[in-house]
Amino acid sequence: MQQITLTLPMIPDMELTASKTAGAMGEHIGMSRDKIDEVQMAVVEACINAFEHSGAREREVQMKLSVFGSDEANPEGLQILIRDSGVGFDPDPTQKLQPMQKRGHGLRIIHGLMDEVHIESDGKGTTVLMKKLR
Amino acid sequence: MTESLKLTVDEKDDGLAIIHTDGYINNQGGEEIARVAYDLIDKGHKRLLLNLAKTKIVNSIGISILIEIIEKMLEIEGKLAFCSLTPTIEKTFHIMGLAQYAGIHADEEAALAELS
Repeated sequence: MQQITLTLPMIPDMELTASKTAGAMGEHIGMSRDKIDEVQMAVVEACINAFEHSGAREREVQMKLSVFGSDEANPEGLQILIRDSGVGFDPDPTQKLQPMQKRGHGLRIIHGLMDEVHIESDGKGTTVLMKKLR
Repeated sequence: MTESLKLTVDEKDDGLAIIHTDGYINNQGGEEIARVAYDLIDKGHKRLLLNLAKTKIVNSIGISILIEIIEKMLEIEGKLAFCSLTPTIEKTFHIMGLAQYAGIHADEEAALAELS
């Protein structure tokens, strides 16, 4: 299975490192430029959420990138998991944000750019699992 | 070390100014755009165009600062528009609702036609 695992310290611009790594993996599986850009933007938002809002004492984020699909030579897409060990939050996607509300748009952006998003959050941390079809 | 955003400003005679961005629009980048935009407003510019041709990535904190600039422009009955966005940045602006309050155009020519 093609997979990359990273431990990202919560320091400025580390979200760009995560984003570039996801972009390289997208290129590797032949994803289109526009889809790679969407994956990269979603990864930036997932990292920013963890960096800014997790309240994690352990100032690092775990990221796992992998391809999915039954045919490894011709994968269906890219799967990205980002996990922090923070205090968690209510990931209810039905909560309404006002269009011009300034904060809290990260998850909305992730949902809007990725094909599948699952979020699990409790007092021990938050895991964001995102999938993008090739 | 943070990846800094570079800005260049083209001030026109008729109250219009174009801000060209080059790089990542995060919180620092957004604040720098806001500082430049508010300086231009103080100098009497009521129509601003943000050309993002050399920006490939933005984040939600940077966008939230762009929203503050839009609000300021609405307050002074000015106009703000964006042009030359990547498809993903344009999609993100729509997700965040910016498109309801600021014009989004394919290029400078189209944006200037609306702002003129």
